Amino acid sequence: MIGLQILVDGFAISALYALGAMGFTLIFGVSGVLNLSHGALMVTAAVAAWAASAQYGFGSYAGAAIGVLCGLVGALVTYFAVVAPIERSKAIPRAEKEIFVLTGTLLWGIMIQQLVAYFYTDNPKTVLPLIEGVVELAGVRTPRNELFTALVCWVVIALLWAFVNKARAGKVLLAASMNPRGVTLLGHDMGRIYIAVWAIYGLLAGIAGVLLGMFLGVSSYSVGPLTASAFSIVVLGGLGSVTGSLIAAYVVGYLETATAYLVSPAYRVIPALLLLVAVMYLRPQGFLGRR
Amino acid sequence: MFDKVGRSLSAAVTATLVLHAPAWAAEPVKIGVIAEAQSVAGASIPQAVQLAADEINAKGGVDGRMIQVVTYDDKSSAADAVRAFQRAVSEDKVNLVIASYVSEVVLALMPWSARLKTPLITPGAASNEISANVHKDYARNKYTFHGYLTSHALAQAVCDSAKETLVGLLKAKSAAIMSEDAAWTRPLDAAYEECLPKAGLKVVEHVRFSPDTGDFTPIYNKIEAAKPDLIVTGIAHVGVQPTVQWQNQQVPIAMTGVSGQATSSTFWANTNGGTQGVLFDSVALPDVALTEKTIPFTQTFTKRFGGAPSYAGYMAYDATYYTAEAIKRAGSTEADKLVEALEKTDYTGTVGRITFYGKDEPFTHSIQYGQGLMTSVLGQWQSGKQVAIWPANVATGKVVLPPAVKPAVQ
Repeated sequence: MIGLQILVDGFAISALYALGAMGFTLIFGVSGVLNLSHGALMVTAAVAAWAASAQYGFGSYAGAAIGVLCGLVGALVTYFAVVAPIERSKAIPRAEKEIFVLTGTLLWGIMIQQLVAYFYTDNPKTVLPLIEGVVELAGVRTPRNELFTALVCWVVIALLWAFVNKARAGKVLLAASMNPRGVTLLGHDMGRIYIAVWAIYGLLAGIAGVLLGMFLGVSSYSVGPLTASAFSIVVLGGLGSVTGSLIAAYVVGYLETATAYLVSPAYRVIPALLLLVAVMYLRPQGFLGRR
Repeated sequence: MFDKVGRSLSAAVTATLVLHAPAWAAEPVKIGVIAEAQSVAGASIPQAVQLAADEINAKGGVDGRMIQVVTYDDKSSAADAVRAFQRAVSEDKVNLVIASYVSEVVLALMPWSARLKTPLITPGAASNEISANVHKDYARNKYTFHGYLTSHALAQAVCDSAKETLVGLLKAKSAAIMSEDAAWTRPLDAAYEECLPKAGLKVVEHVRFSPDTGDFTPIYNKIEAAKPDLIVTGIAHVGVQPTVQWQNQQVPIAMTGVSGQATSSTFWANTNGGTQGVLFDSVALPDVALTEKTIPFTQTFTKRFGGAPSYAGYMAYDATYYTAEAIKRAGSTEADKLVEALEKTDYTGTVGRITFYGKDEPFTHSIQYGQGLMTSVLGQWQSGKQVAIWPANVATGKVVLPPAVKPAVQ
């Protein structure tokens, strides 16, 4: 019984982790940017969805769409206002650009967090779920919303996979993550590829944020933990590897759920962090890392 | 060089003294407010103090002295609160500080209130430790006033209300305690363990969880496995998430207790109605006339700030009024005289009759709990409204069962 509960609960939360981390790793793979405003973008999407449906009366579907749109816009603004100027800057030495991008996105995330808290208070909010009610899964009472979350996550992940591996534009992205110079030589404009990848990232972060808002709820306090959790999943899976992040998300999700059930809810994140430390020692490139 | 600085400093000091002396009569009473401006519970504190100050000033102030409010945001951080307190006393020269709903913050401020000999009133922190510290070292800590109920009294109110309204209705015989791990819930849980059995509820499960918990599914499953008839909560840092997940998962157990966020009027929107049927303990509710002052205050506050006050808002409003009265009685804002006058407080405010426990009682300087003094109200969220269930003399409705709870058959 408890095993089944862990199986069911862990599945949805892991799918959500995977979706959150995938965009994060995609950006790193293609443009080498670690976006530390990741959590802030997810929270923006969730709070926008909440505000649109609960405060301004747009209904739950329109609210969710507005939330995802805000995630997309937020990601593009992050790219054009924070990341691109740093990368273009001649005043910053090439070797220091990475650290500038890290600091820039971190500060950007804090600014978003404070704005959200200022306008909508730091109280947690939950987005109106699109589907309500519960179903019995082999004796485990599971909210339909939880199944819906897992389903949407997997559909989006499958679409992403199909796009990257089958569509021509997607193949260019994949190639760009492997060898940017080669892609440029083939006549593709890296600038446009970056915009495309940030747009995809924005959609993924937006969907993950809205789903998180429906499933667990978010507040401006979630910004730090969300970035940290995406970061540790991505490091565990191997920086830049989308499949690695997917595996790592499931390892972390199930480890946390099992700890919460078998040990205590108070310690749920500790084993995952210990695993991260162990992986850093034994296999610093992560499960499927290339760099 | 040093001589020069010294001379200009002493010149400045002399100038200040000379300038200030003749203005003594009309010198304002300065109240410092340190609170959590971004959280719903904390944001009401400076607003309520300002509202009370404006009302008092409109009627001529305190013996002709106007009340001036200086506010500081502590961002829920004890370190920021301590810095604000130091600044309030040394730079802004406040006479008294009203601070915070977070017990950890107030406990950090207490030693500073003692060191800088500046009275401190908390309008919302619950930990027993606050008033217990005053009792333990009265001479030192007497400057702190616990302008709210202790966790011990809050637990008592929850048990009293459960016994009178829920036990019979739900045919409840057992309860599970579910609390966040924080300073205020340790004494609360201890008091629950003691008073729930006396109310006829055997404690079959006791879960304490980290305040940054996001997924409550395992917690509810653990509680359900123990088959309690009632969940008794001690939550304030969390609220929206456990409530929504309780509803989404259709946990078939009614929930009562102290839920700080549920007292806020925005809780229905924040949970998208997930709070339907949730019972919670509160010092006051917007539509309940605990005294003749409750409803006028709620209305004025709502009109001015666009939302009903949080529980700490009621307490902060009353604190400003009884402070003004105490200054009148003391005829001075001098700290020791003010403390002595505050101890004699007997003021009927928005939440009931406010009096403080004395030096010899275990919770010195905490508001006295009891019928005819200050009790709390058991409220329930019903279709977007907070309905008062208990005590009977102020009730505005009856308990309804939460959507997933089946009526007791026996």
